[in-house]
Amino acid sequence: MKTAKFGVSALAILAASTSGALARDQIQSAGSSTVLPYATIVAEAFGENFDFPTPVVEGGGSGAGRKKLCEGVGENTIDIANSSSRIKQSDIDTCAANGVAEIMEVRIGYDGIVFASDINGPDFAFTPSDWYNALAAEVVVDGELVANPNKTWHDVNPDLPEQDILAFIPGTKHGTREVFDVKVLEAGCEATGALEALVAAKGEDDGEDACLALRTDGTSVDIDGDYTETLSRLDANPNAIGVFGLSFYQNNTDKLRVATMSGVVPSTESIATGEYPVSRPLFFYVKKAHLGVIPGLQEYIDFFVSDEMAGPDGPLAAYGLVSDPELAATQEMVAAGTPMGPLN
Amino acid sequence: MTLADMSHRPSLYTLDARTKARNAAEKRFRLYGITAVSLGVLALVVLLTSVLGSGLGAFRQTMFTLPVTLDAAVLDKKGNRNPEEMAKATTITYGKVLTQALAAVVTERGLAPEGMKTKEIGALISKEAPASLRNMVLANPDLLGTTIDFEVLANGRIDGFFKGRVTMESAELDSNVSPAQLQLAQAMKEAGMLRLAFNPAFITNPDASELRPESAGLGVAILGSAYMMVIVLALALPIGVAASIYLEEFAPQNRFTDLIEVNIANLAAVPSIVFGILGLAVFINYAELPQSSPLVGGLVLTLMTLPTIIIATRAALKAVPPSIKDAALGVGASKMQTIFHHVLPLALPGILTGTIIGLAQALGETAPLLLIGMVAFVKDYPAAPPEGFLDPAAALPVQVYNFTQRSDPAFIERASGAIIVLLVFLLTMNILAVLLRRRFERRW
Repeated sequence: MKTAKFGVSALAILAASTSGALARDQIQSAGSSTVLPYATIVAEAFGENFDFPTPVVEGGGSGAGRKKLCEGVGENTIDIANSSSRIKQSDIDTCAANGVAEIMEVRIGYDGIVFASDINGPDFAFTPSDWYNALAAEVVVDGELVANPNKTWHDVNPDLPEQDILAFIPGTKHGTREVFDVKVLEAGCEATGALEALVAAKGEDDGEDACLALRTDGTSVDIDGDYTETLSRLDANPNAIGVFGLSFYQNNTDKLRVATMSGVVPSTESIATGEYPVSRPLFFYVKKAHLGVIPGLQEYIDFFVSDEMAGPDGPLAAYGLVSDPELAATQEMVAAGTPMGPLN
Repeated sequence: MTLADMSHRPSLYTLDARTKARNAAEKRFRLYGITAVSLGVLALVVLLTSVLGSGLGAFRQTMFTLPVTLDAAVLDKKGNRNPEEMAKATTITYGKVLTQALAAVVTERGLAPEGMKTKEIGALISKEAPASLRNMVLANPDLLGTTIDFEVLANGRIDGFFKGRVTMESAELDSNVSPAQLQLAQAMKEAGMLRLAFNPAFITNPDASELRPESAGLGVAILGSAYMMVIVLALALPIGVAASIYLEEFAPQNRFTDLIEVNIANLAAVPSIVFGILGLAVFINYAELPQSSPLVGGLVLTLMTLPTIIIATRAALKAVPPSIKDAALGVGASKMQTIFHHVLPLALPGILTGTIIGLAQALGETAPLLLIGMVAFVKDYPAAPPEGFLDPAAALPVQVYNFTQRSDPAFIERASGAIIVLLVFLLTMNILAVLLRRRFERRW
């Protein structure tokens, strides 16, 4: 085994005719593609203003990032995982099994999820119930649980325009989908009374799961790519509604018409106050064992949550991040290096 | 014999039904052929026009020159010209200096629309400008206290306005730019301040964050790709050629070598992402080489290219006539002398062609790099080789992928621009392969 390992390393090193100096001097992070633009903005400014190399930021998705973080401790593992959803107990267990004992959880702010259609189309004012009735596999009609019969948004809610239902929603590998499921579908499921009917028909657990079952007749399309793909699909189908991140919408306000949710227009303000219902916190997770080993790591995380970056007037807010009202507490926590406690 | 009888006899001048049918079949086949070729050409033309149409803009960028007074009281508060102390003035401070400089110029020349705020005027300047001004001042503290002509890029939306991507109507709805700012830019252009010029920085600059698409470039990606190609060439060519010579000339024909042969052909068809998974497991997790480094990327691409090179080399060796080998052996040359003095030189053009095609394939590969951390935002240039092989870097196709994911529409143009650069590299390599074959190939 050892010789094989030596052989592979020797081959590799011989190939590059390098000295075996593998010490890493730049920070490496990976994870959520929602956090990626924010992380690159911070990394760029960090590289410009500090005497450390610019951190390397990789995408790949929240789950993939956390998995990489938990691969172990050492210079060939990443230092920071960006995540648009909270870390799971299974991740923490993997981490612990691989010797990553202490992780710091840093909340950088909030992200809104908006529903937008082509700029030339009609205005939409949605509620979670509208979305549930439009996309769910089974809905309640006249007190009966039936397969979804709705064809147009007008069928769903007489106040909505007479437009065929076609929605581009994020695929299941996206963190955004989780928020959509919880804050829109589950909320709508409960509000329309479908939850009660489903639980009565299928039992507690299966009934709740059935809330998330979407119709499969092509009215709801999962987009596994990025928001750019959703946007180009909207270009091709001007009748469709797409699900986007707030920052993406803010960069494309000349092409997209945003819909209100429960009467609230999404904006950094309405999300900060909690009025706009579909939002989520964004995090990054730091491997504590790498602090003091990888040069600049402490400075980078301090800089990330500093007022000049993540504050309400900073570049992250300008890009679409809803800054965290409790940023000061986060700054203290980061400076003190407090690891996260058990999940509650 | 009557005329009617004549018609029943076969004649070369009158076509009978079967000949007509055969001729028609040939005509139809030619038509199919032409249709197939035209479809291919059409697809190529559509692809090229769409890529060139949206990508050529990336090579031109809106920029303007700004007289900037570097006030020592602002930029060097301690007044001791010590770069370490001066580094405390961050890019935010430099941004303010630039904003004021632009505001002063446009107000003095009467270009700014009524009631425009200084902050809005400053938004015309690329967010990259403060960083490069700061670097310039830190590198040469003597500039403090002087007024320099500093060239800055215009913000991506302003650039888009002159390229037709942004219009007054879209600016009304756009939260990132206002019609007033476009008017100011138009006025600056008419006053001769602002120009759309060739932008070599697109080739040399590193990637940039989404706040400054105008300064994003391909420098790191081109370097990363070049490093990987060096590694692939240095490893795949000798290993591939040695393996092929042995298999072709020395190896006994038995089940074992048959098995190897089948496996090589098989490996050539394995989806490239599989090599990425292998690379992650072997080179990063097991051999503990650094992530995102061109070394690991090059090793993975070597594995992917090897079968192509081996197959091409074996074909080239096979094409050398046995008479040459026999003649060399007949005059007493050893087997090794025969191969190295006669067979290999004759097979060389074929080997080189195969290698270059293999390299071109490796150059355009993204999937395996996804798994070894090369699909990343890398801002710093890798160092010169050999150390640079271990520094993080991006690669050209990866850069295309990264650009297409960004939300700012200015990146669409840059993605197409990156495709153009990649196509130019591929075209050069393939032309080189054709030239080598034409120049050195011998037919028997």
